[in-house]
Amino acid sequence: MSALVVRGLAKRYGAVEALAGVDLEVRTGELVGLLGPNGAGKSTLVKIACGLVRASRGSAEICGHRAGSHEARRSMGYLAELFRFPGWYSADEVLGLHQKLTGSEGGERERHDLLELVGLADARTRRVEEMSKGMQQRLGVAQALVGSPPLLLLDEPTSALDPVGRRTVRVLLEELRGRGVSVLLNSHLLSEIELVCDRVAILLRGRLVAEGSPAELARSRGVEIETDDGTRLFEGASREDAPRLVAELVAAGRKVYGVRVLTSTLEETYLEAVGGETS
Amino acid sequence: MSSVLTIAAYGLREALRRKVFAVVLLLTAGFLALFWLANHFLFENIANISPPVGSGIDARAFAGATIFGLAMFGTLFLGVVLAIFLTLGVVRGDTERGLLQPLIVRPVGRVTLLFARWLGAVAVCAPYVGAVYLGTMLITGLTGHWWPDHVIIPGVELAAGVAVVAALSLLGSVFLTSTANGIAVFMLFGAGLVAGLVGTIGHTLSSHQLERGAKIAAWLLPFEALYQDGLRELTSETTGLTGFLLDLGPFGGGYTGGTTLRLWAVAYLLIVGALAAIGFTRRDL
Repeated sequence: MSALVVRGLAKRYGAVEALAGVDLEVRTGELVGLLGPNGAGKSTLVKIACGLVRASRGSAEICGHRAGSHEARRSMGYLAELFRFPGWYSADEVLGLHQKLTGSEGGERERHDLLELVGLADARTRRVEEMSKGMQQRLGVAQALVGSPPLLLLDEPTSALDPVGRRTVRVLLEELRGRGVSVLLNSHLLSEIELVCDRVAILLRGRLVAEGSPAELARSRGVEIETDDGTRLFEGASREDAPRLVAELVAAGRKVYGVRVLTSTLEETYLEAVGGETS
Repeated sequence: MSSVLTIAAYGLREALRRKVFAVVLLLTAGFLALFWLANHFLFENIANISPPVGSGIDARAFAGATIFGLAMFGTLFLGVVLAIFLTLGVVRGDTERGLLQPLIVRPVGRVTLLFARWLGAVAVCAPYVGAVYLGTMLITGLTGHWWPDHVIIPGVELAAGVAVVAALSLLGSVFLTSTANGIAVFMLFGAGLVAGLVGTIGHTLSSHQLERGAKIAAWLLPFEALYQDGLRELTSETTGLTGFLLDLGPFGGGYTGGTTLRLWAVAYLLIVGALAAIGFTRRDL
C-alpha cells in the first residue's frame, strides 16, 4: 500500500489556481522530494494531504484513508513551514502534549528517544522560548515523529538550520527510511533533496512538470575521455556510448587513461524544468 | 474525551500564562479596593438619609441593591475582558502565529478543538466571575448589612453571560483577525449594554417601543439579558416603592427573563457553537 496517493488534485484560491490536477505517489519507505519555485503549489499539496486545506477537485489518500480523516491523521506526522510551540512549554512537555493528542503510549521512553534522535537530549527541560530557531525546528521534527507515524510530511524542515543541523536532519531522514517510514520532503535546498531523496517531483504553477529519481532526471551532457592526446569531450554521448567511444580511440592508436560520463546536476534539471521561474 | 481535556488544559495553561490574566487580577484588586471604599462611605452616611415619612422606602436596601448592581456590572465587564482576550485569536490568530497547525493535524476534530478551547476559557472566566461576584457581595453584606434576595442565581447568570461572550468571541476568531475580532466583540458587548440602558429609559418613560426594542436587542445578545435577569433576581422579593425605584435605576433590572431566558441562552450557545463549527470546518488553514 502506498503511504500517500494524490490523484488529479486541484485547488483554487479565488482566481488563483494553486494546484491544477496533480498526480503523485509516495510508496512505503520512500523518500520523495517536492521541488518548485515559490507559489508552485508545494505547500498547498502538503496542506491538503494533512487536512489543513480542502481540495477543490481530486483526491488525496494517506495509507488508504481520505486525507483529513481521523485515520489519516493517525497515520502521519507533519511539520509546517511556519509553526510555533507555546514558549512556556519545555521540549519534553511539547512532546508530551502531542503524545496525548495522538494517543501514543510511548511515554517517557519515546520522548527521550525522539529528543536524542534530533540532538536535543540535553534540552529536555529547556523552554521553547529559550531555544534557538534551529533547536525549535529540530523539536518540530521530533514532534512530527510522535506516535511513530508511517508517513512524514515535512514542509521546509531545514530552513532555519545551520549546516550541522541540516546534517542531523539528513541523517535522521536516512535512518527513518531504514525503518520503512515514508517521507514527503518539501524543500528549496536542491543539494539536500539530491542527497537523500529516492524520487523527486517538480511542480510549476500547480502542475507536475518532472518526476523521477535524481539519476533519471539527470540528463546526459556527454562523455569526457582522457587520452595521451589530451582530454576530449563527446557532446551528446551517453553512458551507453562510452565503451564504443573507448574502443574507437584505442583502435585509432590512442592510449585511454580515464572516462567520465557527464550528467546534469539536479539544480540544472530543476532550472530547466521551471525555466528560471522564481515566484 | 481525553482530547477535549488535553486541549482545554492547554488553553487553561495558556490563559494563566498570558499577561492579560495578571492585568485582570490587578484590575480586580483595584476594583475591589475601590468598591470597599465606596461601600464604606455609602453605608457610613446612610443614617443621614431619611426618606419621606410614610414612603416605605428602605434606604439601606435601595443603597445596597444599587451599589451591588454596580458591582455586577463591573464584574461582568472584567469577566468579558478576560473572556475576549482568552478567545479572540483561537483560530485565525493562532493560525497566523503558527500555533494551531501542529495541533490541528493531530487526530483531534476541529469541532473538538473549538469546544475544548471554549471550555478552557470558561474554566478560567466562570470561577473568576464567581469569585468577584461573591467578593463584592461579601463587601456589601459585611459593610452595609444588606444581602441580595437571591445569592446563587445572579452569580450563575453573570458567569453564563461571560460564557456566551466567550462563544461569540470564538465564533469571531474563525473569520476575523485577532484585532478585528476583539474590536467586534467589544462593540457587541457595548451594543448590549446600550440596549439595556435604553430599555431602562423606556421603562422609566413608559415607552413600550423603546422597551420592546431593547428587549429584542437583549435577547439577540443574551449575555445582556442574563445580566439584566441577574440584576432582577437580586431584588426580586423587594416590594413596594423601594422595589419600584430600583426597577427604574440603571442597576435595577426591569426585565424578567426566568427559565425561558436560561433555555434560550443554552440554545443560543448551541447555535453560536454550530456556526463556529461549520465555519471552522470549511476554513482553509
